[in-house]
Amino acid sequence: MAQVALRPARTYAYRLALPGAVLAVIAVAVAAPGLLTGTDPLAADPLHALEAPSGAHWFGTDHLGRDVFSRVVHGARHSLSIGVAATGLAAAAGVLLGLAAGLAPKWLDEVLARSFDVLATFPELLLALLVIAITGPGTANVIFAIGIAQIPSLARVVRAQTFVVRRAGYVEQAVTFGLPGPALVFRHVLPNVLGPVLVLATIVLAQSIIAASALSFLGMGPQPPAPEWGAMLSEARNYMRVAWWQAVFPAAAVAVTVVSLTAAGRVLRYRFEGRDA
Amino acid sequence: MTETGTTAAVRPAGPGGAAPLVAVTNLRVSFPKAGVDAVRGVSLAVHPGECVAIVGESGSGKSVTARSLLGLAGPGARVSAERFTVDGRDALRFTDRDWRVVRGRFAGLVVQDALVSLDPLRTVGAEIAEVLAVHDVVPRRDRAARAEELLDAVGVPEPRLRARQRPFQLSGGLRQRALIASAIAADPRLIIADEPTTALDVTVQAQVLRLLGERKAAGAALLLISHDLAVVASVADRILVMRDGTVVEEGPTRRVLSAPEHPYTRLLLAAVPSAASRGTRLSSPEPERPPAPPRTVDRSTAVLEATGLVAGYGARTVVEDVSFRLHKGETLGLVGESGSGKTTVARIVLGLHEPIRGEVRLHGEPWSGVRERRRRPLRSRIQLISQNPLDSFDPRYTVGRIVAEPLRDLPAAERRARVAELLERVGLPAETAERRPRELSGGQRQRVAIARALGPRPDVLVCDEPVSALDVSVQAQVLDLLADIQAAEGTALLFISHDLGVVHHLSDRVLVMKDGRVVEEGDVDEVFHRPRHPYTAGLVAAIPRLETGEPQAVAG
Repeated sequence: MAQVALRPARTYAYRLALPGAVLAVIAVAVAAPGLLTGTDPLAADPLHALEAPSGAHWFGTDHLGRDVFSRVVHGARHSLSIGVAATGLAAAAGVLLGLAAGLAPKWLDEVLARSFDVLATFPELLLALLVIAITGPGTANVIFAIGIAQIPSLARVVRAQTFVVRRAGYVEQAVTFGLPGPALVFRHVLPNVLGPVLVLATIVLAQSIIAASALSFLGMGPQPPAPEWGAMLSEARNYMRVAWWQAVFPAAAVAVTVVSLTAAGRVLRYRFEGRDA
Repeated sequence: MTETGTTAAVRPAGPGGAAPLVAVTNLRVSFPKAGVDAVRGVSLAVHPGECVAIVGESGSGKSVTARSLLGLAGPGARVSAERFTVDGRDALRFTDRDWRVVRGRFAGLVVQDALVSLDPLRTVGAEIAEVLAVHDVVPRRDRAARAEELLDAVGVPEPRLRARQRPFQLSGGLRQRALIASAIAADPRLIIADEPTTALDVTVQAQVLRLLGERKAAGAALLLISHDLAVVASVADRILVMRDGTVVEEGPTRRVLSAPEHPYTRLLLAAVPSAASRGTRLSSPEPERPPAPPRTVDRSTAVLEATGLVAGYGARTVVEDVSFRLHKGETLGLVGESGSGKTTVARIVLGLHEPIRGEVRLHGEPWSGVRERRRRPLRSRIQLISQNPLDSFDPRYTVGRIVAEPLRDLPAAERRARVAELLERVGLPAETAERRPRELSGGQRQRVAIARALGPRPDVLVCDEPVSALDVSVQAQVLDLLADIQAAEGTALLFISHDLGVVHHLSDRVLVMKDGRVVEEGDVDEVFHRPRHPYTAGLVAAIPRLETGEPQAVAG
């Protein structure tokens, strides 16, 4: 029995290797960009503007002569911190609301569940734009906007999972021990609800990074000259014909990050589901 | 260890002098990847008109043996044999194509769980018609009619209607019969039935066994796989007892049941709870069962009292006017078939479900219909042991944490000591505390559940089918453990089971439930030996009995 339970972990471990390695490099870029590049991402050098990739500038230079590689590396911090913060916000609110809906009396659950449904009918980016329209642009507002837009998907999963767990044999059994309500929720229900949330969070994180780049592209996020992948793409638009590298590398950074996160999330999901299978 | 298995295959002919339909000598099946030798040298032969039963506990290799005879040993299996013939042909050289002709046409397979074995998206009639189509035994335009005939033949009422329904619309008994109908559709000469009645109620089980007996009388050969000696006793001509992949004993049914030679067979027979085993220990290899520890029932003190319980879910009423008293140190059996409302009664008694009318008193205090806040201090007085212990354990917890959970009020050091004491009490080594329930066997898990329930020293233990998922020898140990605990602690047991033998073995008094009502109540011997209600009489008559030893004329 134990052997069977262990097998998925062994089988899928190697699938985590490549996305794991990419994510590790990205993590270094976020934590200590200085380790990957010694060049200042903000140092303009108009004499060497729009130079193609070379030994000196691996990803070339942009229209102000800034090193694109350095900007991509330093941009990881901006793009990812928005994504991570927004996901954290969405997860906290989603777990709280989903748990409340899953445990609440029927009428309250109906109210909460229907509001998740209504929110979920809006495309996430549109909802985020709506929030920005009210709050105005800026990094904090982008986090807030994306976070709100991601709440419904998480809250729905938590609510559904809460329904399953609260009827589980071990929760009922804990009632017979005389455990008070809050202890039941925090000892048994919440911890057992979190597993699938963790898996979904990796996907939400990937979506949030895309959303962050998209909003920055539209000029809603970190303001220039801050190196943010979406903002870099936006600046590169005007030079696409002469300097493809200025657009391709930040775009590739977004793509590689998101694909790695999704792949890692899938491995997590298999592992999680394998545990119960 | 006497390996008597070889005698069958060398015997040239069966009862009617006919050649065996399937014969295998020294069958070995291993799963090299998992490092398991599932079957280690089994020989058997099944002749036309004969029923051979393989009896054994989980892991004995009985199912793998049976499936290997159809070339279905499973992925990654390595099958070898000295000689292996199916219908007189060398099965060791069979191609996939040869096997496909064997399956369905020559041999039909009936498995345990009809719900997962029938396609949920297709009607039962279509499922049966497919067998007819694959083997091309009936012209296309007659297939639907033939499917209905088959359903009728296996005792499905209203076959026209049922043929148009899907598996989930049928009860467990009807599904099992539909599965048998599809297994016999191509009129196979050999029927292999792998635990065909295990999930069924006792009266339905009797019907299914009768049905299989009829097929045998009609000339088909039957290979019956079961963990239950009593079930095969009524149908089988010969019994093979398997353990750890080998046959430990083989012989005519009557001889094996009345004069078992191998100690394991004796242990299995002694472990079967019944009227005869009352007041004795079950888990003993001796021919004479030692007596169970003495216990006292205090009829003057009712620890639990239920009066006029009515309960339901939504608009559906599942419990209708149920009343009973449970005294100190007493065991009250609650029997009934699935859907009779037994588990709902248990949930009401545990304060997990509120009755619509009626009330429950625990130690004379109002227990139902009160606020949870008032109930909480009394909660430790009544504990639950459920059918599926794994489901009742938080999947993240170790055994130690699970057993400690009802003991939250104790200081940490005392709690650890008490957990160790409880594990010892139920016969588990102290290291078990560090392990996870998933790593334990079914019997060990149920011991953990018992240890946990004993923690708060409850006055009432509600046991909801506590041994239904266990092998008979493990069941015997768990039942003995419950009897020991009751004798030592004076705990009252509300013992819920569909297995009348288990209830008769353990209980002092019994309640018989049908459709939410108590149809009969009284002293267990009185109720089971002289049932007054026809429903009870029917239940008792349907219990498969070991005592009858001799295969009966089940046909007709």
